[in-house]
Amino acid sequence: MLNEKEIKEIEKEIGQYPYPAAASIDALKIVQKHHGWVSDESVDDLARLLGMSSEELDSVATFYTRIYRKPVGRNVILLCDSISCMIMGYETLYDYISKKLGIAFGETTGDGRYTLLPISCLGDCDHSPAMMVNDNHYNDLTTEEVDKLLESYK
Amino acid sequence: MYRALREMSPSDITGLIKSSNLLGRGGAGFPTGVKWSLMPVEKDKVKQNYLVCNADEMEPGTFKDRYLLEGNPHQLIAGMIVASYAVQASRAFIFIRWAYTKAEKILSKAITEAYEEGYLGKNILGTGFDLDLYIHTSAGRYICGEETALLNSLEGKRAMPRTKPPFPAVSGLFGQPTVVNNVETLSWISHIAEKGADWFKGLSLTETGGTKLFGVSGRVKKPGLWELPLGITIRELLDEYAGGMAEGYHFRGLLPGGASTDFLVEEHLDTKMDFSTVAAAGSRMGTGTMIILDDRTCPVAFVHNIEKFFALESCGWCTPCREGLPWVEKMLWSIEEGTGRMTYLDLLESLAAYMGPGHTFCAHAPGAAEPLQSALKYFYDDFVKHINDKKCPWK
Repeated sequence: MLNEKEIKEIEKEIGQYPYPAAASIDALKIVQKHHGWVSDESVDDLARLLGMSSEELDSVATFYTRIYRKPVGRNVILLCDSISCMIMGYETLYDYISKKLGIAFGETTGDGRYTLLPISCLGDCDHSPAMMVNDNHYNDLTTEEVDKLLESYK
Repeated sequence: MYRALREMSPSDITGLIKSSNLLGRGGAGFPTGVKWSLMPVEKDKVKQNYLVCNADEMEPGTFKDRYLLEGNPHQLIAGMIVASYAVQASRAFIFIRWAYTKAEKILSKAITEAYEEGYLGKNILGTGFDLDLYIHTSAGRYICGEETALLNSLEGKRAMPRTKPPFPAVSGLFGQPTVVNNVETLSWISHIAEKGADWFKGLSLTETGGTKLFGVSGRVKKPGLWELPLGITIRELLDEYAGGMAEGYHFRGLLPGGASTDFLVEEHLDTKMDFSTVAAAGSRMGTGTMIILDDRTCPVAFVHNIEKFFALESCGWCTPCREGLPWVEKMLWSIEEGTGRMTYLDLLESLAAYMGPGHTFCAHAPGAAEPLQSALKYFYDDFVKHINDKKCPWK
């Protein structure tokens, strides 16, 4: 069930567009902000609110990489694996994080603390290698810095 | 901006932008004034014109719009007000990439400020012109940067490129006349409206008007971003601004304007950075943000990384892109792993042609073909060495 706060936020987004279905991406993001991911139940509820079929909304949800249709950890690590970061050695960071947390790309730690995902170019190429944890960017990374900053996400 | 809205007609402004020869800064270099002149601006109660700012910067190696969004949001907003007036759009969107969290916050604050000061909303500065400006934050996918895919995404759909024609100026957002311009392009508009076309033209060293944001990433001493006149040479950018190659690394080649541009090598270093001159050298200026290939990075791994990106980011609509890119990616991977065969090289060349212009709805696959075809041209021996030695010489 969508809660009142979510519905209110979604209705505000709907106001930007000529018809409710146009706000589908914003609506999915609002649900994800509140729950961390978008469940099948949420897709059904949202579809009804937006005047779409669940299948149509799911086709949108599954197209976009930043809509999670499976649960993720409390903190999502997005490690850039695009070209500038490859040149500057993201693979070393990947090996380090993967070993430290015991997870590969696409996996979540057993305690639900971290999910590790690859991400395309973050636009930090002049300060690569780069990554994001949740909404925060980190640049010019070394394994020591990665170690320290990961600890700060509980 | 005030003068533009008060003293100039919409067609005066479009004429001015046309005569300034401002070419779109998003990568394609299409004349902005020409794009605007396709918009119907006569009073029509049925039509709702839209202006959309493309801030979905996601081309690998590209980081120029982020600096503009974070550094000077009001310059963009002022440009969008004048541009909206020129194309008679009373609603405008900024389509911003989800990863630009800092830029989004700054922009959103700036929009609130602009509303408070009467620069947005009803009857802007008493001129009778109305404009509402909204931010849409994306949910990922590189293809959203393609202007018609972006429009589908703004409509809450999957970001599939549309057939052209009809062009967005005829049927764009929600079927209404729409102009889509890049952040850097729109950031110029209020300056050109204030200072004129000749001033703008005088800023560049070539026929094309203006300065451009140029960036360099990779193993150079000082990776970064600079605003410089169009027409500056690649050598000057690399040596004087980026400080030359980093200690212990040698130059082998570069992509002049993001991942979807052809490689240039040593012999091209005196090429002037402008749309026509880079094209004459066999590549594209694209976004103007270069990626440097050094001698300690494997060119096959470099191209594999790029093709993997394009394969993952394909929307899956057209066959050459959906089927061709994963095939290319797998062959490059096996060459890199030492299990490739010589026959792959001809196949890669023919696939690069098959994915090229004219076979797909949008420029995604043709863009992916550019670094591939030019890598085969300039680094052919490296591909062959991988195949003959059955391993990557860099590993």
